[in-house]
Amino acid sequence: MKQVYLTIEKNEKLTRDVLRLTLTGDASGVTNPGQFVNIAIDGFYLRRPISVCDKEDGKITLIYKVVGDGTRALSGAKEGTVLDTLTGLGNGYSLSKSGEKPLLIGGGVGIPPLFWLCRELLKNGVSPSVILGFNTAEEIFLEDEFRALGVPVTVTTADGSRGVRGFVTDAIGGDHSYFYACGPLPMLRAVAEATSFPGEMSFEERMGCGFGACMGCSVLTKSGPVRVCRDGPVISKEDVIW
Amino acid sequence: MVKTEVVLCGTSIKNPVIPASGTFGFGAEFAELYDINCLGSISIKGTTAEERFGNPTPRIAETPSGMLNAVGLQNPGADRVANEELPRLARLFDGPVMANVSGFSVSDFIIAVEKLDPVPNVGWFEINISCPNVHGGGMAFGTDPEAAAEVTAAVRGVTKKPVIVKLSPNVTDIVKIAKAVEAAGADGVSLINTLLGMRIDLKTKRPVLRNRTGGLSGPAVLPVALRMVWDVYEAVRIPVVGMGGVSRAEDVVEMMLAGATAVEVGAANLRDPFACRNIVRDLPETMEKYGIDDLSSIIGGAH
Repeated sequence: MKQVYLTIEKNEKLTRDVLRLTLTGDASGVTNPGQFVNIAIDGFYLRRPISVCDKEDGKITLIYKVVGDGTRALSGAKEGTVLDTLTGLGNGYSLSKSGEKPLLIGGGVGIPPLFWLCRELLKNGVSPSVILGFNTAEEIFLEDEFRALGVPVTVTTADGSRGVRGFVTDAIGGDHSYFYACGPLPMLRAVAEATSFPGEMSFEERMGCGFGACMGCSVLTKSGPVRVCRDGPVISKEDVIW
Repeated sequence: MVKTEVVLCGTSIKNPVIPASGTFGFGAEFAELYDINCLGSISIKGTTAEERFGNPTPRIAETPSGMLNAVGLQNPGADRVANEELPRLARLFDGPVMANVSGFSVSDFIIAVEKLDPVPNVGWFEINISCPNVHGGGMAFGTDPEAAAEVTAAVRGVTKKPVIVKLSPNVTDIVKIAKAVEAAGADGVSLINTLLGMRIDLKTKRPVLRNRTGGLSGPAVLPVALRMVWDVYEAVRIPVVGMGGVSRAEDVVEMMLAGATAVEVGAANLRDPFACRNIVRDLPETMEKYGIDDLSSIIGGAH
């Protein structure tokens, strides 16, 4: 973990309530796809944890949804604003477990961390397939960016307005070695039940500190208590107690 | 050169700044970020006789200038704290630490204290009688003077180390409890534990916390804590450890002027992992600014 001061390069709307935040500065604390950062927002006591969508030297990209007062305030932050940020939090995905044909499964605002993961897998010579789930066509984001990586992408919408009608689980077919998932809890549970192959998933919890000190986000797993912020947020399918 | 050293129950510490129990784990997460030897001491995660997982999530809610927590004393139990966590902490922090102990019956407290007592780096016990779910018809030890005195006397009987009793602010008269534990043999008191509160989610129309209620901490509670430290300082002869909303060196000075011998820093560690280091760093300059040469000389100075 590092405490760094990052400058907003862009804070742009992707859909009605989803924004892409591009930050410049010391990105070296972020070491693994699936990790998150914790951002201090003026006027709010607790930081806001947001998963890392992409990382390059000197640049971190986040995609977040306006879900409450804190993220609403963040959505109004202008270019040039400096954000007190804790970076490199959480374990992240284990790339070494991917096998030859991994599947990335993302739902809504759970999709962003899979983007950097996808790029890193490709760097390792592994070509994943991608399923992106949304409620409706208007909510779709990141589809073009994933397609630009040259991986097979299936989009599902619950109302059928685009791609496969239904949920991400309706698009899990074929032969896969492993899965990496992130999305709302009901989706993760459905994915765990619908997959006959191993995988891991990223969880969300209300957090106090975000770095393992306060035990505010602990959940019980088959391997014992896990701090979602520190030992997670990625937990392997077989460890999860539903 | 200003002097930041204070003496807490007979033990000298280099400065009065102590991370509060439950906000600093057993120090390891912070030792990755800075040399925690800059701290006066450390109050360890509240330890119970047996391992506890604590409450279901959500355990955390934000509030104006603060936060609620309902962690529920998650800890690995006194055996593992004595055999693993405290020895590990001894390699990260040279000085004595405060062993924060909690329980659900008098015998729970005794068992936990007996297990931690032989550990060399335990310098003081901090007896947390402020948890809301204990014996005696569900009444917390910390809200009943007799029960508070009973657990204090029981713990006093099984250790020679100083016993500091951590008091609950969720009472009509905290002075009464402070006097009761002093009479029962406490060497010091620490206050305040968190204030009981709640928040409701407008979308779900249900309490945010699964436990329904939680403890309020953060800058919002500083004035409440100062008032209680003031009142208790007036009424007892044993040292008072002040805490509640402290996040800057100025707050430490204010707490000491109210009567605190040492000052614990809680929620601030969660918002900013460097909070305690920064407070220690800023103390000398703050003292100079307000014409203070010796921090121990200002204890209770506002009275």
